[in-house]
Amino acid sequence: MTIFLDGFQSAFNLLVSLDPDVLSITWRTIHVSTVATFISVLIGIPIGTALALTRFQGRGLLVSLINFGMGLPPVVVGLATWLMLTRYGPLGMLGLLYTPTAMILAQAVIASPIVAGFSLAAIQSVNPKLLLQIKSLGTTQFQYLMLLLWEARLGILSAIIAGFGGVISEVGASMMVGGNIRGYTRVLTTATVLEVSKGKFELATALSIILLVLTFIIVSLLSYLQQRKAGH
Amino acid sequence: MSVKLSVKNLKLRRSGRDILDIEQFILNRGDVLAVVGPNGAGKSSLLQILAFLIEPDTGVIMLDGESVVNGNRLAARRKLAMVFQEALLLDTTVQKNIEIPLRIRGASRQEAAARSQEWMHRLGINRLSGQRARNLSGGESQRTSIARALAMKPEILLMDEPFSALDYPTRKSLLLEMGDILHASGMTTVFVTHDFSEIPALTRQVVVLYNGRVIKRGDIHEILGESAVSVKSWAPWDDADSA
Repeated sequence: MTIFLDGFQSAFNLLVSLDPDVLSITWRTIHVSTVATFISVLIGIPIGTALALTRFQGRGLLVSLINFGMGLPPVVVGLATWLMLTRYGPLGMLGLLYTPTAMILAQAVIASPIVAGFSLAAIQSVNPKLLLQIKSLGTTQFQYLMLLLWEARLGILSAIIAGFGGVISEVGASMMVGGNIRGYTRVLTTATVLEVSKGKFELATALSIILLVLTFIIVSLLSYLQQRKAGH
Repeated sequence: MSVKLSVKNLKLRRSGRDILDIEQFILNRGDVLAVVGPNGAGKSSLLQILAFLIEPDTGVIMLDGESVVNGNRLAARRKLAMVFQEALLLDTTVQKNIEIPLRIRGASRQEAAARSQEWMHRLGINRLSGQRARNLSGGESQRTSIARALAMKPEILLMDEPFSALDYPTRKSLLLEMGDILHASGMTTVFVTHDFSEIPALTRQVVVLYNGRVIKRGDIHEILGESAVSVKSWAPWDDADSA
């Protein structure tokens, strides 16, 4: 209990004193996770939409793969990304390993199936008769998709919240492809792991509390947007 | 009368079963046609084919003398409006529900607003304009759905049991209003119904569909006999005609 109280105290002190290290780690966490979520939205929503609206051979297998991907262990994604980006890997010539870009890539791989899976479910939950009605309004394919996404927007926002939640809290992939380099690739989760390994439990608790508060603020903002759209 | 829409050698099969098998079906400009038949007769499928929402396996559909194919299907769809049994409104306000299709079909913002105002007023829902569709009653929702369809000024109006989910007083008042509107506008209309008592309020022309085939077409009295006469009170102009 003392560790928690001391952690709260430290977190408060670190934030109030505008500790440059902590601010930089916090900002990097927001940057990496937000960009990764944005990329996963660009990938996941079209995939989820396409799978919800089309029927083809092998679709069932693809849906299973998406559902499987929603539970991908971050450390496995980290390893796969590392193998791709390592000097002798297929993308080694890009020199991205141990950079924030590598962390963004790994996190986007983690979040994309989550966003795709939730989007698929959200679009499938729209009344199929409403889809016919929307078509009958004389919509072009683009207008049809926009109205469909509007109808499924609450589920789509849930997809974004779930995707963001999945990446801001992961540590395995960031550690593996980012390397936890101070001032460059260190984020709140990897910094917490490091401080625990050094036995600095107060600082680790403080960093965890900052991560929790940060996640709470961003998820609350998205939830507010979601519920405002729901008319509650 | 000129032919507005015609269908030839139409066949629709689903799961190895013939849903529709219609040799010829003609809809003249200004016709108001009731389609009746038992469950599974293919009434809703026929309407969806006429609305270019589903494609038949074979057959030619001509609209204004032109065959409708992939290239002009969207343009053809924009000449029509469809009202379903469920109101099927977008999750937005009543006014937006009416304006969005108008904007989709190329109306300016001002024109869309003016037309939505006009039809909300005519259907008695102008006080609901800012209400979200999901908060409406069944009757209000269906009025919105009908206002949306009519505001589009469709060349053909297609309605799939639009009154069946409504309670008796709402159904009766909406039917009478629709009768007035269709008579005044001369809009070509096809509507599906299970309830013969609704037909005289809107038309005298009836098509009977059975097992996917048109088995009869003609005047309501010819086809439905006394069952049609017994509900004359639905349509005030019938009384006026006989007076």
